[in-house]
Amino acid sequence: MSASLNAKIAEVFDEPGCDKNQGKSEKERKKGCTKQLTPGAAAGGCAFDGAKIALQPIVDVAHLVHGPIACEGNSWDNRHSASSGSTIYRTGFTTDINELDVIYGAEKRLFKSIREICEKYDPPAIFVYQTCVTGLIGDDIEAVCKRAAEKFGKPVIPVNAPGFAGPKNLGNKLGAEALLDYVIGTVEPATTTPYDINIIGEYNLSGELWQVKPLLDALGVRILSCISGDGRYAEVASAHRAKANMMVCSKSMINIATKMQQRWGIPYFEGSFYGIGDMSETLREIARLLVERGAPAELKDRTEALIAVEEARAWERIRAYKARLTGKKVLLITGGVKSWSVVAALQEAGLEVVGTSIKKSTKEDKEKIKEIMGDDAHMIDDMTPRQMYAMLRDAKADIMLSGGRSQFVALKARMPWMDINQERHHAFAGYEGMVTMIAEIDKALFNPMWAEVRTPAPWDAIDPLLVEQDAAQLASEAQPA
Amino acid sequence: MATVVESKKACAVNPLKMSQPLGASYAFMGLDSCMPVMHGSQGCTSFGLVVLVRHFKEAIPLQTTAMNEATTIMGGYDNIEKAILNIRSRAKPQIIAICSTGLTETKGDDVDGYIALARKKHPELADTEIVYVSTPDYQGAFQDGWAKAVTALVKQIPATDTPRDAKRINVLPGGHLTPGDIDELRELIEAFGLQPVFVPDVSGSLDGHIPDDWLGTTLGGTPLSELRTLGGAAHTLAIGEQMRPAALALQERCGVPFTLFDRLTGLTATDAFVQCLSELSGQPVPPRIRRHRSQLVDAMLDGHFHFGNVKVALGAEPDLLFAAGSFLAEMGAELSVCVTTTASPVLARVPAEKVVIGDLEDFETAARQAGCALLMTHSHGRQAAERLNTPLFRLGIPTFDRIGNAHKCHVGYRGTRHFVYEVGNLLMAQIPHHGPDHWPLPEAALAAARGEAAPLLHAIA
Repeated sequence: MSASLNAKIAEVFDEPGCDKNQGKSEKERKKGCTKQLTPGAAAGGCAFDGAKIALQPIVDVAHLVHGPIACEGNSWDNRHSASSGSTIYRTGFTTDINELDVIYGAEKRLFKSIREICEKYDPPAIFVYQTCVTGLIGDDIEAVCKRAAEKFGKPVIPVNAPGFAGPKNLGNKLGAEALLDYVIGTVEPATTTPYDINIIGEYNLSGELWQVKPLLDALGVRILSCISGDGRYAEVASAHRAKANMMVCSKSMINIATKMQQRWGIPYFEGSFYGIGDMSETLREIARLLVERGAPAELKDRTEALIAVEEARAWERIRAYKARLTGKKVLLITGGVKSWSVVAALQEAGLEVVGTSIKKSTKEDKEKIKEIMGDDAHMIDDMTPRQMYAMLRDAKADIMLSGGRSQFVALKARMPWMDINQERHHAFAGYEGMVTMIAEIDKALFNPMWAEVRTPAPWDAIDPLLVEQDAAQLASEAQPA
Repeated sequence: MATVVESKKACAVNPLKMSQPLGASYAFMGLDSCMPVMHGSQGCTSFGLVVLVRHFKEAIPLQTTAMNEATTIMGGYDNIEKAILNIRSRAKPQIIAICSTGLTETKGDDVDGYIALARKKHPELADTEIVYVSTPDYQGAFQDGWAKAVTALVKQIPATDTPRDAKRINVLPGGHLTPGDIDELRELIEAFGLQPVFVPDVSGSLDGHIPDDWLGTTLGGTPLSELRTLGGAAHTLAIGEQMRPAALALQERCGVPFTLFDRLTGLTATDAFVQCLSELSGQPVPPRIRRHRSQLVDAMLDGHFHFGNVKVALGAEPDLLFAAGSFLAEMGAELSVCVTTTASPVLARVPAEKVVIGDLEDFETAARQAGCALLMTHSHGRQAAERLNTPLFRLGIPTFDRIGNAHKCHVGYRGTRHFVYEVGNLLMAQIPHHGPDHWPLPEAALAAARGEAAPLLHAIA
């Protein structure tokens, strides 16, 4: 890893906006905030994955992956981040390096690739992603990008987050650093208004931004740029002229918010679009910050009026489900902000959360969970799939909400499951999204198919799925060697 | 017949290809009680896992040695050792199968040496088979990884002194065969009283069944005991050119002769296979199979109307391209565009003018130029299909926007029959419906019909 990347990683680990980070000694802080991975018992994406997730939703940019086929070939076009215009972000570009490139260096291939993209697709900018192999052989993507930018007269942005630098979360931050170093502040917006905000860390999965945008439109609040969902290069580049920043998705791109505050004095707040109460609080915060920054005070009144109407409308629609859902038990296996923001929404519908995973949650996330669920909140640090399976099978939960990868733990136990992570197809943001989420849970729980699949075959006296598992055995399996 | 051309671009756009270690890991998923491991950064495993989960809609056992920058440079021995120990104690597989990646190959880790050292230091590992295959990401493609994995298995595991059993047949299926394909072949072989052992057998592990327990390893697939006794088979049947090295390796190690079938989609292609089974078993072809053959003949007769002269753009790995392409040509379609992922001797035999080793941009550009009426490739062809406004028949891995992929069957008489019907119905749905105003007369003709002087004559005058 180059010295510059090492310095960059040290920099993102020194995060003034993170209390946990600030509470550490100098030495501890250098180690970073990620747990050491256990070989043979690790799951999750790498730093490259994280950087790509954070930046790919900028829809008019060509995202070029410099590395062997695995990095792009095995992963492209696999998220539902939606665009209202350009589709070039969904085109998979990779240098697909071969053995000779590994031996002689692949910088020339990278340069030629950039030229081909300029000639054939002519995007407003190209983002070049470093990967493990090209990092290891010492390809200098910063130099190639600089040269290409001069030669082709358009921004070519190096994103230096090779997979082996660390986990996905670090990659989110390194992707954000690329925006701070090369993009934000390089373009002036055509016009500005006292109602301009940026939304940071919102990826517009399944078009969720559009469940929220009508509310902001109605108030006259302008999204100057969304980083990065349905983003445009020029909008992101002019983000420094916003009056306020909203940071979504816990800490994934907190460095953008803190550095924009340092450089341009833009205040930020942390908010969520998940859950009715959270959505209202977010609107209030936006109005408060804008008014502080000079917008007319009547914005606050209009915001309250809108919240009152929209909350009432959402409650009325959720109330229709409350009688059916009250007492149903939910196991929530997700992470970060969703470990608590979704909890509030579920409780609003009468559901009981019997456990929530905190593997990827920050200290603040955990405090929020306690605040919402009380001290007896069942926080699960690291549950093995077998433990989840046993929990579902022993009917300690009626439904599991998780990401796509653990879905089969529920489905094979013949238990309802609903996707709440990035690969899902339903949009759950804002007032609209909460109603959708509750409707989806209701649909999953009450499908008559469950009764059918749980009926044992007539010749099977005992359903093998119903044999109790030994708790001690399960616990011992969870211990790494 | 076909000239094979490599795309000359520096930048691959919209990849058709997936990487070697993913193909190798997928092969290991066809072994029972196995834990495949990618020796690389955790992202290598994570991406591969997501692809297979979305294709099969199944839990996928796949682990990582979780290499970081420092361990890469210092060498991955500690990570390999820890991974093996952790997997052994947590998932308790009988086989741990390690595939290298671009990262660890660039550094040059001696994994064979690491495994030997780990075994020496930890005698308790004696109860676990450990297989290693070298699969750098920057070489070859998915099917090459599959082929290398199977070759590594048959070079290492089978005993050399298993007594011969005249009824036992080894089958080495290429990575392009689905669990449904393997089930079909098993039925065919068993119909002759033979006992097939598939290596690997994804029909046991990834066929979408509901198991009785939750385990971290593969559930179902070729058992280790059968891998060890492969040398006792009377014959090996290899399906797809990619399996030749594995069949040769098994022949060399255990002396089992083999027959290679370069495809099993198509009438005559299946005839050759069935004839071979009849000879190996000394049994006549059972009436049920004769009936299936007759049904396929009828399906081809019904279907040929819709296939004739249709220009098809086909993008798939070499053996799948060859199987589907050859049969489409036999049905009268024209293979206007053929794009594949990696080199193979079968490519020259594809009944087309040209086969390009390239990506889906090459595929899309060529399909637009040729005016293809049907696109056939994996799910990543969907963007091209939208832009070209042309129907897409999904073929190969990954097919992430359809369910039931494991049970697609396109081999044998019945599988080929399905293929005819599925593709034929898609083509039928494209037949334009004409209305009364689809063939309007030109103004001149109408004017003439009204008895007015023809404007054309005025123009000439």
